[in-house]
Amino acid sequence: MSNWALIICCGLITYLTRFSMIALIKKEMFNDRIREVLSYVPSAIFPAIIFPAIFLDNAGSFILEDNPKIIAAIIATIIGIISRSIIATIFSGLTSYWFIIFVI
Amino acid sequence: MKNNFKVFLKGIIDVSPLMIPVVPFGLIFGVLAIDIGFTPLETMGMSLIVFGGASQIVLLQLFSGGASSLVIISSVGAVNSRHLLYGAVVSEHLSDLKLIWKIIISYFLIDQAFAISNEYLRRNENKNRYFHLVGAGATCWIIWQSTTFLGIVLGAAIPEKLGLSFAVPLTFLALLVNDFRKFINVIVIIISGLVATLGYNYIPFKAYIIVAALVGLISAIILTKMIKNNE
Repeated sequence: MSNWALIICCGLITYLTRFSMIALIKKEMFNDRIREVLSYVPSAIFPAIIFPAIFLDNAGSFILEDNPKIIAAIIATIIGIISRSIIATIFSGLTSYWFIIFVI
Repeated sequence: MKNNFKVFLKGIIDVSPLMIPVVPFGLIFGVLAIDIGFTPLETMGMSLIVFGGASQIVLLQLFSGGASSLVIISSVGAVNSRHLLYGAVVSEHLSDLKLIWKIIISYFLIDQAFAISNEYLRRNENKNRYFHLVGAGATCWIIWQSTTFLGIVLGAAIPEKLGLSFAVPLTFLALLVNDFRKFINVIVIIISGLVATLGYNYIPFKAYIIVAALVGLISAIILTKMIKNNE
């Protein structure tokens, strides 16, 4: 598959996930149980992107020692828990990451 | 009734603080895409056609890992399944609109716009309240396209040592910020993260994102059921 075909397919599937519910759903199809389970979707998907990017290198080997990403991610998580702010979480994570690689 | 432009403007103002982390995110995307081997035109095309940070980063990560097209597309679909919920939630407020507006608004239904406009939609009764979502979405669109472009142009000038690639997992981490205090969410986060990390090398076709997400969601179903039964 060419790069352009891949991009267009990814665009289509992204658009369809956004459009399908707005176009098709009727309010009565959604009960509280479904709503509740779907509310866990971000918690189920995002860690699958976050964890490997922090703990593994490009070859898929664990980097547990001398890995500034782990420390910075822990600091960002703590700030996130306290502040509940997206911006504060990102800034604290990035600045602590830079502090570790440039200063220490 | 407030006029359309005022509601549109309110959407722009409300979403603005959320645009701060989108700037490094867009830059990183532009830099990474070129780094991985996409042409500047393809990179710009991705931001215009897909218009979704998470989808585009997943596309890049799997592409650079040598995953097949089918795996890439289905993983993008899995990552995007959260939009089904967004759509379901806002559809309540959009059900009376003409199809053309539904088509336009769907393109703008991204995380930040949803997060901000959902609050407004719920609290206001004015018929043109959907203009808020259009304003928020259009703001995200402009920021995303211009930072992608900057990333492409500045690419080589942004030193690799800055470790901007760390901002990607960091952005997703930040989007979970409201879930860190909820017990079941934390369990689901840990389960999904562990499955993805441990399965990264063993789950075939780089399908670890879908597998981990499904395992996480099934755990959520079981846990919520258990808690209900105990009540």
